[in-house]
Amino acid sequence: MTAPRKTIKRRIHGTMFKLPLMITCNEFEDFVLAYLEEELPAHQCTIFKMHLKVCRECREYLRAYEASMTLTKASLKTEETDLPESVPQDLVAAVLAARNA
Amino acid sequence: MNACLPEPQPPREETPVSESGEVELLRAGNAAVTADFVRTNVTWMLAVARRILRDEGHAEDAVQNAFVKIFGNLDSFEGRSGLKTWMHRILVNEALTVFRRNRTQKDESIDEWLPVFDDNGCRIEAPWANFETPEQLLQRTQTKAHVAAQIDKLPDAYRVVLVLRDIEEMTTGEVANALELSEANVKVRLHRARAALKKLLEPLIRGQEL
Repeated sequence: MTAPRKTIKRRIHGTMFKLPLMITCNEFEDFVLAYLEEELPAHQCTIFKMHLKVCRECREYLRAYEASMTLTKASLKTEETDLPESVPQDLVAAVLAARNA
Repeated sequence: MNACLPEPQPPREETPVSESGEVELLRAGNAAVTADFVRTNVTWMLAVARRILRDEGHAEDAVQNAFVKIFGNLDSFEGRSGLKTWMHRILVNEALTVFRRNRTQKDESIDEWLPVFDDNGCRIEAPWANFETPEQLLQRTQTKAHVAAQIDKLPDAYRVVLVLRDIEEMTTGEVANALELSEANVKVRLHRARAALKKLLEPLIRGQEL
């Protein structure tokens, strides 16, 4: 029963997304970066947000996309503050030797 | 003959040297300040170079080259940006030079991790019954290493754009210049890299890993 229901829902979505001021998920995908960078013109931003309201898949996708970005930044950024205390002595010696050459 | 051990000296009070004072001493070739400067900065520089190059030897080369440039260009450092910001820019440029020199032309495809749509243009996305927030995930010690490992799975052409934009906080224009790409191409690669990474991190965010 689940599969046919999904198909009907998809057909409804497919039709709905063709209405004026609506976009498909595929078109939504093209706007994601500009939306997050706050580069979407007001009109396109309204259309983007309207799609978000009616599409569960894109809402969840965007939430996970943003969570993934946060995880990436936090994981690699803090690495710098978590630097090992041991200084690579060979590299320091090589740099100083080059400086004194 | 005085056989007594010398009186223990109180620890020498370090007088903080201002950034401009440090730059002056570096320009003058002060050996102690130079050695201290290298020791203080080498670890973060190596970490940045490793993130871009993923190879210890190449990262060390980039750091060495960067120090040569830094010492060679101290006279042109005008203090408009902080010293570390200036050094960071030089280091990233050197790392990218090493990256371009050692890069293989064959880039693996990223398609398998990109979003999927049906014939109607509708997204195919499994329902998110469980969603762990980044705050929850970052409380676990293994998370950062796991995320770093997933980033390393991305093909270089995408990974480097992601690292430069999202981690090193360069602008799209700066990344485009550094990699000799158009800004539109940088944006496409950045979005694809983020979308692929979302897919790779999905089991973690869904609470199915770690």
